[in-house]
Amino acid sequence: MLEVDGLTVSYGPVRALRGVSFAARPSTITAVLGANGAGKTTLLRAMTGLVRPQEGSVRFDDHELTGLPVEEVVRLGVAHVPEGRGVIDQLTVEENLRLGALWRKDKSDRKRALAETYDLFPPLAERRRRLGAALSGGERQMLAIGRALVSRPRVLLLDEPSLGLAPLVTAQLMALLAELTLLASLTVILVEQNARSALSVATWAVVINLGQVVVSDTAAAVGTDTGLRHHYLGF
Amino acid sequence: MSHFVNLSLNGISSGMIYASVALGLVLVWRATRIINFAQGSMAMFSTYMAVTLLDRNLGYWEAFAVALAVGLALGAVVERTLIRPLQGKPELNPVIVTFGLFILLEGVAGAIFGVRSRGVPAAFSQSGLTIGHHRVSFSHFDLFVLGSVLALMVLMLVLFRATDVGLRMRASAFAPEMSRLVGVRVGRVLTLGWALASLAGSLAGLLVAPRSAFSPNYMDLILVYAFTAAVVGGLESPVGALVGGLLTGLVLSFVGGYLGSSLEPLGAAVILILVLSARPEGLFSRPAARQV
Repeated sequence: MLEVDGLTVSYGPVRALRGVSFAARPSTITAVLGANGAGKTTLLRAMTGLVRPQEGSVRFDDHELTGLPVEEVVRLGVAHVPEGRGVIDQLTVEENLRLGALWRKDKSDRKRALAETYDLFPPLAERRRRLGAALSGGERQMLAIGRALVSRPRVLLLDEPSLGLAPLVTAQLMALLAELTLLASLTVILVEQNARSALSVATWAVVINLGQVVVSDTAAAVGTDTGLRHHYLGF
Repeated sequence: MSHFVNLSLNGISSGMIYASVALGLVLVWRATRIINFAQGSMAMFSTYMAVTLLDRNLGYWEAFAVALAVGLALGAVVERTLIRPLQGKPELNPVIVTFGLFILLEGVAGAIFGVRSRGVPAAFSQSGLTIGHHRVSFSHFDLFVLGSVLALMVLMLVLFRATDVGLRMRASAFAPEMSRLVGVRVGRVLTLGWALASLAGSLAGLLVAPRSAFSPNYMDLILVYAFTAAVVGGLESPVGALVGGLLTGLVLSFVGGYLGSSLEPLGAAVILILVLSARPEGLFSRPAARQV
């Protein structure tokens, strides 16, 4: 169980988040939706410790994540794929992937996880010696998600994974996420502007506006609430 | 002709030393985006450790190993205590701190060991080898310089390219925040980078000492030449440091041999100006973005 409780973040005089609370249940996808500038990215960054919240806490099972350095949060099994994906251009595909699991002690399992990721994303296997800079947008997205998965995370935070992807690729990605939550008992927090495709795979949905939670309900309930959709989700 | 050959050989030997110090500058630059003005004086300090032990009749290689270990530790301590607190501060701060450390180390060394220059024994003979019937100005000691710096470079290359630690170091240099997001303890990686940089400097310090007027400021001019070498090589690339070092060594040797040794520092300035006006990013740094 991942619990966010009363999270408040300010950048100088600007409040980006005001007392955001929600819980993500294990092996489900929770969509975090809202317009540009609603605070979605800040929420993810505060969850992994890339920005320090002024108030509130983030808890994962028995661990208090608030205040921990980013690298230690990651080592507890929380993987974060940032907006813009964060593929390291100067490293090869294989080096990017290896990097994802480097902190884990079990070397033979690291190899296994790498092989599984290549099975999951065959285009990456063909390009393992290419530099990250030489990949297409879709390949970069595969690499960023693959790199998160080789660490065998229990929680996956995804920031706008559909950004810049073709609709077909987005649909494949969403299907894969749904599969992973079942197979790898992964908890996914999916931040999306593309609300329609996020709601198609999510079980739960949290809608944020101007740094505050507007509604937190099942994805089905949010997706069928016409007023909510028109107001905040743009479809 | 033989003058030219001798100057080339001397150039290669000094070039390897510049390359070693330049490698230290490159490692620090890659890890922390700082030019370490204290690189030379840190090497001076560890070399004084070796010389002090030699004076007390410790074996040459034991003293050599101690100096390298002191260099390694000094780099780590400097990063932890002086450089780490500067994270997120204005870019001028590290300039002032490393420059301050440079002055501090030379001052402290002067107070402890004295400022008069002295001789330092060498591990190998410094008289020229005889090849066929010709005596060239390239000694067993020069061979040792060549071999030890090449060995260091190869070890570093293997470390960077073929080990997990090296992958962490490269990732942290290119993308520190992303590296933390995949669980790399970037702080430790930076400490290691500074330690290895200081080790490379220490090796150069030990190699320069026997043929210089050894005193607390004996590395100052070497640092200027090494900086030239590092910039020529592009500041980012260890291979660039090697090529930049050799190039700088050769050019300065010719300048010294044909035009007079007092012109060598001017020669370094000319190299810098020429390279920076033709290729401001240096000879070996990759373009910042690649078009696909």
